[in-house]
Amino acid sequence: MFVVVASILVLLQTGGLRERRVANIFRPLGTQAAHEYEIALFTFAITGAIFVIVAGLLFYIIWRFRHRPSDHNPDEPPQVYGSNQIEIAWTFIPILGVFVLIGVTSRFIFSLQDTTSQTPAERIRIVGHQWWWEVHYPDYGVVTANEIHIPVSGSTGRPVLLQLESADVIHSFWVPQLSGKTDLIPGRANTMWIDARAPGIYLGNCAEYCGTQHANMLLRVFAEPKPAYDNWIAAQRRSAQSDAAQSGRNVFESLSCVNCHTIRGTVAKGVFGPDLTHLMSRTTIAAGMLENTPKNLRDWVNDPQEMKPGSLMPSMKLTGAELNAIMSYLESLH
Amino acid sequence: MPIESTAEQPRVFSLSERLYPWVASTDHKRLGIMYVIAALLFLVVAGAQALLMRTQLAVPMNHVVSPAMYNRLFTMHGTTMVFLVGMPLLAGFTNYLVPLMLGARDMAFPRLNAFGFWAFLFGGLLLYYGYLGGGGLYGSGSAPDVGWFAYAPLTERAFSRGSSTDYWILGVMLTGFGSLASAINVIATTLSLRCPGMNLSRMPLFVWLMLIDSWLILIALPPLNAAQIMLLLDRRFGAHFFDTQAGGSALLWQHFFWIFGHPEVYILIFPAFGIVSEVVPVFSRKPIFGRQAMVAAVVAIGFISTSVWAHHMFTVGMTSISNAFFAASTMLVAIPTGIKIFNWLATMYGGKILLEVPMLFCCAFIFHFLIAGLTGVMLAVAPFDWQLHDSYFVIGHFHFTLIGGFVFGMFAGIYYWFPKATGRMWNGKLAKLHFWLFVIGFDLTFVPMHFLGFLGMPRRIYTYAPGRGWELLNFIETVGAYVQAIAIACFVINTIHSIRKGRRAGGDPWDAWTLEWSTASPPPEYNFEVIPVVRSSRPLWDLKHPQDPDWKYE
Repeated sequence: MFVVVASILVLLQTGGLRERRVANIFRPLGTQAAHEYEIALFTFAITGAIFVIVAGLLFYIIWRFRHRPSDHNPDEPPQVYGSNQIEIAWTFIPILGVFVLIGVTSRFIFSLQDTTSQTPAERIRIVGHQWWWEVHYPDYGVVTANEIHIPVSGSTGRPVLLQLESADVIHSFWVPQLSGKTDLIPGRANTMWIDARAPGIYLGNCAEYCGTQHANMLLRVFAEPKPAYDNWIAAQRRSAQSDAAQSGRNVFESLSCVNCHTIRGTVAKGVFGPDLTHLMSRTTIAAGMLENTPKNLRDWVNDPQEMKPGSLMPSMKLTGAELNAIMSYLESLH
Repeated sequence: MPIESTAEQPRVFSLSERLYPWVASTDHKRLGIMYVIAALLFLVVAGAQALLMRTQLAVPMNHVVSPAMYNRLFTMHGTTMVFLVGMPLLAGFTNYLVPLMLGARDMAFPRLNAFGFWAFLFGGLLLYYGYLGGGGLYGSGSAPDVGWFAYAPLTERAFSRGSSTDYWILGVMLTGFGSLASAINVIATTLSLRCPGMNLSRMPLFVWLMLIDSWLILIALPPLNAAQIMLLLDRRFGAHFFDTQAGGSALLWQHFFWIFGHPEVYILIFPAFGIVSEVVPVFSRKPIFGRQAMVAAVVAIGFISTSVWAHHMFTVGMTSISNAFFAASTMLVAIPTGIKIFNWLATMYGGKILLEVPMLFCCAFIFHFLIAGLTGVMLAVAPFDWQLHDSYFVIGHFHFTLIGGFVFGMFAGIYYWFPKATGRMWNGKLAKLHFWLFVIGFDLTFVPMHFLGFLGMPRRIYTYAPGRGWELLNFIETVGAYVQAIAIACFVINTIHSIRKGRRAGGDPWDAWTLEWSTASPPPEYNFEVIPVVRSSRPLWDLKHPQDPDWKYE
């Protein structure tokens, strides 16, 4: 009973999207990942054939020519020094195989990397931070964090263009079922195309070691049908609405929270931490590490170092009253 | 008046008297043994670090170690295994064997040789001193935690406070100087101290491999040391080579590091190739098939290996032309590597294969290195690598090359030359137990890693949430790691026991063919009473078969 209720609640919160937690690269649901899957199968065919032949030979030779205790012949076997014909044969046959693989690989590289002239369905700018993702929708003035919403490609027919940057060290964007990874490198702007052919929540991780909490720098891509996506964008464009929690807002704005966090429409304009304008519209906090429940959020604000040691958010040593006030404010940020 | 015995009492040596001949030694054999012992001690340390990591990852959301400590563990594990286990094992075998195989009395520069060893050892100790002295600032941690390839700008002072990264730089740099000294020595020795009659075409394959290897060390290590000096300038003197906040380049470090780092993996595998090329013929009772092709293949790998480095950088956003170039150059390596595997198989074909422990390790080497080579080809397919890069697949791949390849080769060599170096034979049952437990544990640990990579598990994460399909495979890996630890315990017990109590091995227990087996076990300090004269690549075969010597055919 509890499980049913809980899953219904989760589904309601995520707009009915299924979370695809097992990020198997051999069940691709994006165009890039599908091409990478194709060439993976081709590579498996070639390497698999070589493996079967050579490993088979190895075991056959060991079995066939092993010294048996019953063999009492003290003579050495015939001494064979080599054969140029054989050397030439097993040099040229692999050369042919390697050149086929080089040809196919190059064709995939050029076709996947150099077809960027299409108009993207959306443009999203992602900035990696120690240890969370800043997500900008420059066409709408929307800023969010860690959870990236895109329209399903079936509803637009076009992929999404990501511009990848870093605010500190190198990170890497990897959502395996949608695409291979591209690094976010400080001082550089990389781009990559992604699309999702089926709705769902796609899980991924930061894939380049970036410091203490590299493990808890998770990615969630919400691929939604176009109408749901448009609704989400429209909701995100609004400023924060928090009439219900004026006292909490006062406490929040009087503390150093505002130095790092932005809540649009208020004095909070910090840029070092995630934008909190629509915090409650996200399903997770702490870069995907924790579910966004009132309890988790409270524990997190109370002592981030306990929840995520090394995180750059300090423990603020709030009094119980301050914590209550801030929680009531944060929980109103829909 | 008591009557005193005038007969000489057996003298009891004090500890310092027993240590002095080792510490002050310039004998290539003693230095070689010290290299190997030091490397094996570091192997146990880095192995323990690996066990801790595997324990942490056995189940999801585990709390055996803290995140920061986990990051230090994988940094120190990687750095130790490459610079304090791999490089000194290589140097140890080279030091011990090259003069003996060449019929020389010592290396060309004995004191440089000793310098190389002590530079390595103190470099290693300096690195580990980071655990004590790395703090520098309160709360900034102890040992280095930047990963063994120490990507900028994570190593800059803004992100790596305290001194731990400085210890990484200086410790590794010092071991690098030791390796350079040792490489120069090997080149000089092979080129100028070969005994009469041993021209280059008759030189044993192990020595050939180490000659090419030493050239690669000379080419590969200076870029790393240069980059480390730049990083030190950044950290301590306000330079901005890699400081992206002041316009430095994060990618510059990656280029420098992998121009070192990729040849480095060939530097590590070449001695294993060399050992397998010595052991397989002796235990197949046939000469190596296609000697010249084997040498040519190694020279080819050496050349190609200097132009493949950016296959570690397929995901940084290089142009399609660069990606295609490095994919192609990397795949070319498969051709000479294939030639080597075919020649080993051809050597075994038609022979009388004695499955003694050194040969068992060689067979395991060929099998696992074949897999490592093929997964390497998969990683070279750049679009496939965009998925596999920095995932557990990569960890599986390079442990197949470095354990399945390098370590299996080293164990083959240790079991093969142990009787030569100690004069005693190891215990056969314990050695077989070591072999089987190690191979089974190894496959349990590292085969599942490839599949975790397919399931999207990135490397260097200290924990993971349940429900992502990673639990079972991770648990199997941890079990395998403990099986490997038991295997290593068998090896340690066997070694310590056999050095004292093993049966006497005699000069030539394997009925082998290279010059080191023509002298006593252990060899006297001067190696050979009379400098030998050789007429073929198997001088002892010629002696044992005067009616059918090799030089008639070569």
